[in-house]
Amino acid sequence: MRYRLLALTAAVACVALGGCPGKNDKPGTAAEGNTIKIGHYASLSGKEATFGQQVDNGVKLAVDEINNGGGIGGKKVELITEDTQSQTQGAQNAVEKLIGKDEVSALIGEVASGRTMAAAPIAMREKTPMLTPASTREDVTKDENGNVAAYIFRICFIDPFQGTVMAKFAFESLNAKSVAVLKDNANPYSVGLAKAFVEKFKALGGTIVEEQDYEGGQNDFKAQLTAIKGKNPQAIFVPGYYTEVSLIATQARQLGLTVPLLGGDGWDSPSLTQGQAKAALEGCYFSNHYSEQDTSATVQDFIKRYKAKYNGESPGAMSALGYDAMMIIAKIIKDSGKSDRETIRAGLAALKNYKGVTGNITIDEHHNATKPAVVLQIKDGKFAYHSTVNP
Amino acid sequence: MSEFLQQVINGLSLGAIYALIALGYTMIYGVLRFINFAHGDVFMVGAYIGFYAFPKLQPLLGDGYGTAVAVLLAAMIGCGLLGVTIERLAYRPLRSRPKLTVLITAIGISLFLEYTGQLPVVFGADYKTFPTLIPETTYTLFGGVSIGSTQILVFVVALALMAALRVVVLRTKIGTAMRAVSMNMNAASLMGININKVISFTFFLGSSLAGAGAVLYAISYPKINPLMGILPGLKAFVAAVLGGIGNIAGATLGGFLIGTAETMTAGYISPSYRDAIVFGILILILILKPSGLLGKGGAEKV
Repeated sequence: MRYRLLALTAAVACVALGGCPGKNDKPGTAAEGNTIKIGHYASLSGKEATFGQQVDNGVKLAVDEINNGGGIGGKKVELITEDTQSQTQGAQNAVEKLIGKDEVSALIGEVASGRTMAAAPIAMREKTPMLTPASTREDVTKDENGNVAAYIFRICFIDPFQGTVMAKFAFESLNAKSVAVLKDNANPYSVGLAKAFVEKFKALGGTIVEEQDYEGGQNDFKAQLTAIKGKNPQAIFVPGYYTEVSLIATQARQLGLTVPLLGGDGWDSPSLTQGQAKAALEGCYFSNHYSEQDTSATVQDFIKRYKAKYNGESPGAMSALGYDAMMIIAKIIKDSGKSDRETIRAGLAALKNYKGVTGNITIDEHHNATKPAVVLQIKDGKFAYHSTVNP
Repeated sequence: MSEFLQQVINGLSLGAIYALIALGYTMIYGVLRFINFAHGDVFMVGAYIGFYAFPKLQPLLGDGYGTAVAVLLAAMIGCGLLGVTIERLAYRPLRSRPKLTVLITAIGISLFLEYTGQLPVVFGADYKTFPTLIPETTYTLFGGVSIGSTQILVFVVALALMAALRVVVLRTKIGTAMRAVSMNMNAASLMGININKVISFTFFLGSSLAGAGAVLYAISYPKINPLMGILPGLKAFVAAVLGGIGNIAGATLGGFLIGTAETMTAGYISPSYRDAIVFGILILILILKPSGLLGKGGAEKV
């Protein structure tokens, strides 16, 4: 009943906003104005709120720097940000509005692969380039037929690589031969990452002793963790998002499961280690896009500027990726002197050796970026650099 | 075997919380004969009262059980007052109207609390981490079965509150009045019982149990958000119906059964079915024994 009401509200909102499809077929109108419109859709509220907020901070820092430096070719960047409320439907509504009503030149978003994939067909239909900063599921940049989606790009590594990194890390560095997996069955990112991990770990000669599922939004994982405990794994791979991971870690410790938990970039959030989860996750590992402890001048300089703007708050990987995404789009517009959708699309497809905060970015023929991953260890609630794994 | 026992403990500690919420449904049904669908959202508000009360109370009482008890009491009193206010403003003016009117009003109150709570000036739509009230220690029992201090606290508080409720309902004057009102409101009124006072008290009692349940739920699953009351609220409602709506012992039994059924489904069948099984039980009960397990029309109605 409530869901039907929600759907109805969403439909009414869609009509009210005038963002529904069909009325826009003049891409690049924005270029004719005095500003360059860039749309960002992000989970600013809801279950994955810190993902969206962090990317948003990164994008805003980039926009500020561009506009304070005189804009691009004399035009200021106008950033329009829409909240997806961590919901698939919200992502679709936001993208319809950004393309149809605001007529943006390019889109940035989302972090969650499931929401990026829900919004991608709209960007494809409207021929609007979409650059996702952090969606790592393999088929995000593919269309429904499995071909490369012409307008969808990303600047992060993909899950088959991330899964391999953690499988090798578990097998070689932790010397774990039997591992259990606990994945979010309702989350395409989690399912994809778990699959990649399991395949690689088995190929290395390890055993997956137990595979359990949950559904994002649930609170109680004791039943699954009890089943896992019965199999005595040496580590547990939990490729979910931070909200559930912190609950899972807390409950695992309550049940006397003391083995390390491993995860992916979905863990990257300051709220991962709040409350009881801080002690529960101590010593656990996850793979990520960048480390704050990277000593390179690019990274340290970015951190300094970020902290100056956001009251000393540290940037996570999501902030760095958001910053890179915005700067890449700005560079393409600057180099080509044009800001229509086709030019940006062609620019993204041809991007080579861009020196970003999160490393060297080259977009390949599959519209993915091949980049190294870092393994981070949680120490005293902070993410400490452990090692870098090259592709 | 130890895995099975572990699942039983997990299920019972979840069930204890459902039972506390179910008691509120059943008591309000007992006196007013309608389902207070806003009850799950009163529960949600309870978690936020605990969340905001903790930083205020901790400097006064320090770490440890003193603060935990104070946070629990704050949530209970806050929820109790919220329940009384809802009844006074939304349900009392409709008392003589058809039950359906009140029922729809309750759904309205429920949505009002959920979506007002999501406003940034109220609670905000993002997930908040509930503070750690008691240090977490895990005790290993026979055969490798573990029980955490949080789970022990949940059992102790839930059972103590259920016992206290029983005393209030069966041994006190106001409890006798509640039972009288639940049997026949008009007759009770003719006997000189102040109906409004009894109904307000019932709402206070039921809602404060939801507040206690909320704090116990939040320390067990320390991520809170304005929509957190929907599912536990529905499951507690199922528990109340399973035990026999209007029956206090039934609500307790129903809560424990639903908690255990849910955990067993997740552990031995598939976590994806845990909610389906709970609501499947509701359908079965409505078909096979509409009055619920312990509901036998009239007996010990409150």
